[in-house]
Amino acid sequence: MIRPPWALLAELTHACPLHCPYCSNPLRLVRKPAELGTADWTRVLDEAGELGVVQAHLSGGEPLLRPDLAEIVAAADGSGIYTQLVTSGVGLTAARLDELATAGLRSVQLSVQDATAASSDRIAGRVAFDGKRRAAETVRASGLPFGLNVVLHRLNLDRLDEIIRLAVDWGADRVELANTQFHGWALRNLGALMPTRDQLDAARATVLAWQERLGGGAPELIWVLPDWADGVAKPCMGGWGSTSITVAPDGTALPCPSASVIDGLDAPNVRDHPLRRIWEESAAFARYRGTDWMPEPCRSCPAKEADFGGCRCQAFALTGDAARTDPACRLSPDHHLVQAERPAGPLVYRKP
Amino acid sequence: MNADERAPAQDQAGRGAEPVDHAGRADAWRPRLRRGIMLRWDAVRESDILLMPERVVMLNPQAGQILRLCDGERTAAEIAGVLAERFPGAPVGTEVPAFLERVRDQGWLG
Repeated sequence: MIRPPWALLAELTHACPLHCPYCSNPLRLVRKPAELGTADWTRVLDEAGELGVVQAHLSGGEPLLRPDLAEIVAAADGSGIYTQLVTSGVGLTAARLDELATAGLRSVQLSVQDATAASSDRIAGRVAFDGKRRAAETVRASGLPFGLNVVLHRLNLDRLDEIIRLAVDWGADRVELANTQFHGWALRNLGALMPTRDQLDAARATVLAWQERLGGGAPELIWVLPDWADGVAKPCMGGWGSTSITVAPDGTALPCPSASVIDGLDAPNVRDHPLRRIWEESAAFARYRGTDWMPEPCRSCPAKEADFGGCRCQAFALTGDAARTDPACRLSPDHHLVQAERPAGPLVYRKP
Repeated sequence: MNADERAPAQDQAGRGAEPVDHAGRADAWRPRLRRGIMLRWDAVRESDILLMPERVVMLNPQAGQILRLCDGERTAAEIAGVLAERFPGAPVGTEVPAFLERVRDQGWLG
């Protein structure tokens, strides 16, 4: 029996006011006319609740650009699904947040790119930092649980201490210190974003020092491992088709937000099939589920139930074959592909 | 994102918890789930669950029953009293307050 998913990542739109060079959206972005409508999302969330989804991350792009966001939140809440808004903060006024909270929004995760306005705006590719600070105040005032998300890389790791200080000052309950995952846009920006060993060593020490200082008090610091540098495959999505389902703005259903890059995946669309059928019966979700698909060295590895062979999208991006062991793993025959330190390169911003 | 079914003990303890005054004020404590934490019945998995940002906790039936009584109106002692009536002979007098304090230490009850 296939166990039901816990979570839904709803990419409501790929439109975004920011242009971060590590954006997790695919290189080929979905345009507005192709987006699902309100009724589609309402149906998808209803089906998700029936299937067993209990959490939805309302993300993008920038989900606040959807004028029907409150209706989508209400649809999730009506299905018993706990919602988290994942936002750049641009456009998050007190009135808008109040509208969303009234509709049933349960928590907010805000992105920030760096500790200073100049550097944060440089990475975001537009002036946004002051708006983010105001958005943080708005979230704090609402009393909703408040998470910060900071993607870490060569250009901001040296300011990690100030970044954590900012999270404390802004009153975050939780901070994701997310080392860049090198797919899609970030892979295109490898030279500009790949940190040095010294940067990562110093950053680890900084996090430990802060954890000691905070003594279990807020904010909770979550260090997302730099898988390339550590030589350890990340347990991507808790396993393919295991815990989470992503629905892209055009209705494409994916086992992972990056999976649209995998050639021949033939991802199903929520416009064509009910979510249950997609989860339980589609070839795309079955493809790397469990351990039967694994090659060596995964097949005989004691960690195979812990890391699920790592990231399929990364294996595809680096080797051209999504069924190979994730090259991030030091046991992978392709590990040399991720080992080299990279010379600094230019920033390529996400467009549009 | 992280939806898991690991035991609460694996989650970070102590966040947001206020010190308990064991001598006096604890008696007047009227526990309720903190803002942003949702308790619901999961009909698919046939279990009570706690939902919070980036986390799902599956509750055993006893834990679910206790937390459903945490409405901000009843004191901890009154909650134990309700359960003592429901389950005569069960050691609720000691176990319920200890459980509530553990959940408060997780930062989930205020």
